[in-house]
Amino acid sequence: MWAAGLNPGPTMLDQGFLKAPLGRLSLDSLPLHEPILIGTFIGVAVLGLVVVAALTWLGRWGWLWREWLTSVDHKKIGIMYVILGIIMLLRGFSDALMMRAQQAVAFGANQGYLPASHYDQIFTAHGTIMIFFVAIPLVVGIINFVMPLQIGARDVAFPYLNNLSFWLTASGAVLTMISLFVGEFARTGWLSYAPLAELQYSPDSGVDYYLWSLEIAGVGTTLSAINMVATIIKMRAPGMTLMKMPVFTWTALCSNILAIAIFPALTAAFFLLILDRYAGTQFFTNELGGSPMMYWNMVWIWGHPEVYVLILPAFGIYSEITSTFTGKRLFGYSSMVYATVVITLLSYLVWLHHFFTMGSGASVNSFFGIATMIIAIPTGAKVFNWLFTMYRGEIRFELPMMWVVAFMLTFVVGGMTGVLLAVPPADFVLHNSLFLVAHFHNTIIGGVVFGLFAGMTYWFPKAFGFRMDEFWGKVAFWGWVVGYWVAWTPIYIVGLMGVPRRVHHLDDASLRPYFVVAAIGAVIILIGILGFVMSIVMGIVKRKALADVTGDPWNARTLEWSTSSPPPAYNFAFQPVVHDLDAWHDMKENGYVRPTTGFNPVHMPRNTGVGIYVAALSLTLGFGMVWYIWWLAAISFVGIVLVSILHTFNYRRDYFIPGHEIAVTEDARTRSLATGA
Amino acid sequence: MPPYRSAMTPRTPLAHWARSALVAVPLILLSGCKMVVMDPTGDIAIQERNLILVATGMMLLVILPVMALTVIFALRYRKGRNPKAYDPHFTHSTRIELVVWTIPLLIIACLGVITWTSTHLLDPFRPLDRISATKPLPKDMKPLDIQVVAMDWKWLFIYPEQGIATVNELELPVDVPVRFSITATSQMNTFYAPTMAGMIYAMPGMKSMLHAVLNEPGETWGYSGNYTGAGYSDMRFILHGVDQAGFDAWVSKVRSSGESLSTERYLTLDEPSEKVPVMHFATVEADIFNRAVNRCVKPGTPCIADVMALDRAADQGRYQAPRAAASDASMHDDMSHDAMPDGSP
Repeated sequence: MWAAGLNPGPTMLDQGFLKAPLGRLSLDSLPLHEPILIGTFIGVAVLGLVVVAALTWLGRWGWLWREWLTSVDHKKIGIMYVILGIIMLLRGFSDALMMRAQQAVAFGANQGYLPASHYDQIFTAHGTIMIFFVAIPLVVGIINFVMPLQIGARDVAFPYLNNLSFWLTASGAVLTMISLFVGEFARTGWLSYAPLAELQYSPDSGVDYYLWSLEIAGVGTTLSAINMVATIIKMRAPGMTLMKMPVFTWTALCSNILAIAIFPALTAAFFLLILDRYAGTQFFTNELGGSPMMYWNMVWIWGHPEVYVLILPAFGIYSEITSTFTGKRLFGYSSMVYATVVITLLSYLVWLHHFFTMGSGASVNSFFGIATMIIAIPTGAKVFNWLFTMYRGEIRFELPMMWVVAFMLTFVVGGMTGVLLAVPPADFVLHNSLFLVAHFHNTIIGGVVFGLFAGMTYWFPKAFGFRMDEFWGKVAFWGWVVGYWVAWTPIYIVGLMGVPRRVHHLDDASLRPYFVVAAIGAVIILIGILGFVMSIVMGIVKRKALADVTGDPWNARTLEWSTSSPPPAYNFAFQPVVHDLDAWHDMKENGYVRPTTGFNPVHMPRNTGVGIYVAALSLTLGFGMVWYIWWLAAISFVGIVLVSILHTFNYRRDYFIPGHEIAVTEDARTRSLATGA
Repeated sequence: MPPYRSAMTPRTPLAHWARSALVAVPLILLSGCKMVVMDPTGDIAIQERNLILVATGMMLLVILPVMALTVIFALRYRKGRNPKAYDPHFTHSTRIELVVWTIPLLIIACLGVITWTSTHLLDPFRPLDRISATKPLPKDMKPLDIQVVAMDWKWLFIYPEQGIATVNELELPVDVPVRFSITATSQMNTFYAPTMAGMIYAMPGMKSMLHAVLNEPGETWGYSGNYTGAGYSDMRFILHGVDQAGFDAWVSKVRSSGESLSTERYLTLDEPSEKVPVMHFATVEADIFNRAVNRCVKPGTPCIADVMALDRAADQGRYQAPRAAASDASMHDDMSHDAMPDGSP
């Protein structure tokens, strides 16, 4: 009688250990009937072969392994995060172009060029990749690179953990990319809502790829957040009290505290969904008291603070840039800090605004609506503080500052539509519409993405010792800014025409012009993305002319600019001592003289390959679980445990850079400073 | 099409203010016409539209000056343009801090009050207290009951008083309050007819409510706003607004269609299907909606309400055998204000 109402579908028990050594993986899992995917696969394979051939020909494998892949240097890990983010941006943006192309043609009888099953994977992959494998790696990468330098530290608190975090994130990204060519990705939307993501409705490998990718990457992000918080709390230079910390470091602290608090909720929600899908539990199904709504609550308890995890560091980037390029200390530093902290706390109290329409009742809806609006107050104060930093400043419109102004003009509109959506009865007519989609792209592109490009342009000379090419940087800037407005204004408008999100085709052909304009906007953004890549390539080509010998190309104010570009492995020959906010500016004002003798040995962490091993085993664990290849999953799991235990017996974890080596490096800098001056 | 018609004149002072202050915004937005969210024909949706205008107007009070100041400061304080103005020590001003925290605070405070009241007034569970801004609700007027079941991937509408049902077609008499009871059989859907009222989730094992009214005749459409898989894009229904005579004629037409919605027919209908054409059912098996909410349409399945009652009884140390489906008095729908199939103990 009880069983009659249940349909748990096949569970992991249906696939024996020995019965099917490759689990449910078969030739049919390869998308041999999808010409788009085959073309992509050939392209990726050729590109991969070229890279492998080039590395072999140049004999650079050892160098790559020793200097980069196994590195525990926070600067190199930061750069690797950023490279990962940019590569995944290209993937996520290809998805965006395909969606825009589909929606620009699929009207009336025309079903477009993508079948619904492919289109649904694309919008799921786009959202998942853009948040988890573009925004997070770029934000974490920039924090990783900049923050220890800003606080005058020589590395992060746990250098090996940092390397492991990066490789776990990369593993998640690789597993997601594998789904492109082996099996399929989820067709459930970027948060894989239950009950659609349950086995009964999504029996194929897509949701499993989604879950295992994000579980693995999520562990990486959580560990990284713990590392960053410990670094900021424990490793600041002498004299740098909390209220003398650069604003970017403050935002990094708040962002990572948020991440520590919320990622476990996501990990737990995904784990319960994994149990539902593999072990036949009913946490989020419609049966046996299972509650899909519980899943929605859990993912949004992660999901809403997550947008602040991303945007707070972007706010920090804008603050540093505004201060540098106006030649002024940030206006209202303490109110900026308090605003950041207030946003951090409030962001925990707003998750329900993602489903006002679930019928929680008027009082609950009002509470969450008003809590959401209150966030606009500190955010508004921040915008005013940037404005008044510009006031009576001496603004140099270099590229980073151009991004700041574009941000201020774009983001306020997204903030306004956000507060609008926080009014529950207004949300009743705008929820799940393209208006909502336009709103969050307005805040994420206009807020987070502009900030990340501003930050990458700003700190690029610090990382590599030369600036990016300015002409192509301007192409990137105008492509993104103009492209954003052309792409998303029509989407706001069709949202007000009642068009819901995630539709594969529409009946009403009169809507088509709006989608065509949106597609043109996406192409303009593509020009922006290619412009950014070109500005790096041309920067490398013209690196002699664009070189920064001073270490302080923008006449900036914080400690990272006091060392050379790129900084030496040990960051600072002598630990800086901080007396005031904007420590480097303070040092320059007070006639700081760089010491050229008396160097002491520096204690440094030693590189290790363990992070890669554990991440590679996590990847095979995920792949084994996705395809029900139990022996592979079991071996991988045991491997992870063993490697982790064995690593604890590794006592060769550190070394000293002798004083005379430091003297050589610093003397070289003295000479280069003399030539530059 | 003009942005406002006399029938839509906002009643509240705030809405009136919004109308005069913000006439430019809707004019721009409506220039393309067909902007159904901004130009609805149901009283609830009109009030929601007005709320959007009021809230947008209040926020523009701070957004527009900020955008203007950004441009002005960016131009005026550009390096070399105004060297005398440069003051690197202007980094704090209590007066400015007070202003920049107070202005957003005041606006959000006003908006908060509006949010609290409007959220309660426009709560979809709350019965209507007017037909439209100009038409009060007659005392003896009973709302029309319609039961909505979201299936993969079509909408089933049951008219219990008329004893009929339709698929993907919703016929409403104009100026008659409607009480929708909403559930779903498998996925989370939103029940949404933009011209009539805001959306609310249709959820398996749950009953949500929407009180709404359509004030103008005409044909439009509704859909689910929440993605539910393969057939989602075509999960749309036609919404007809007609006068009472037209509605009565339509009901007789449906009654003469011949098909009946039995348990078996319901179960085959519930199988996933895409691009489902409009269907009419002349008769509907009694109580099928409540069994849908309780997930026990299929004969032999225990109803959620019974299982919950059983659990409660077991908690109290008593045992009561579960009763069979469809003959259970405890499942009778009391149309109460809660989304749970079973009220509080």
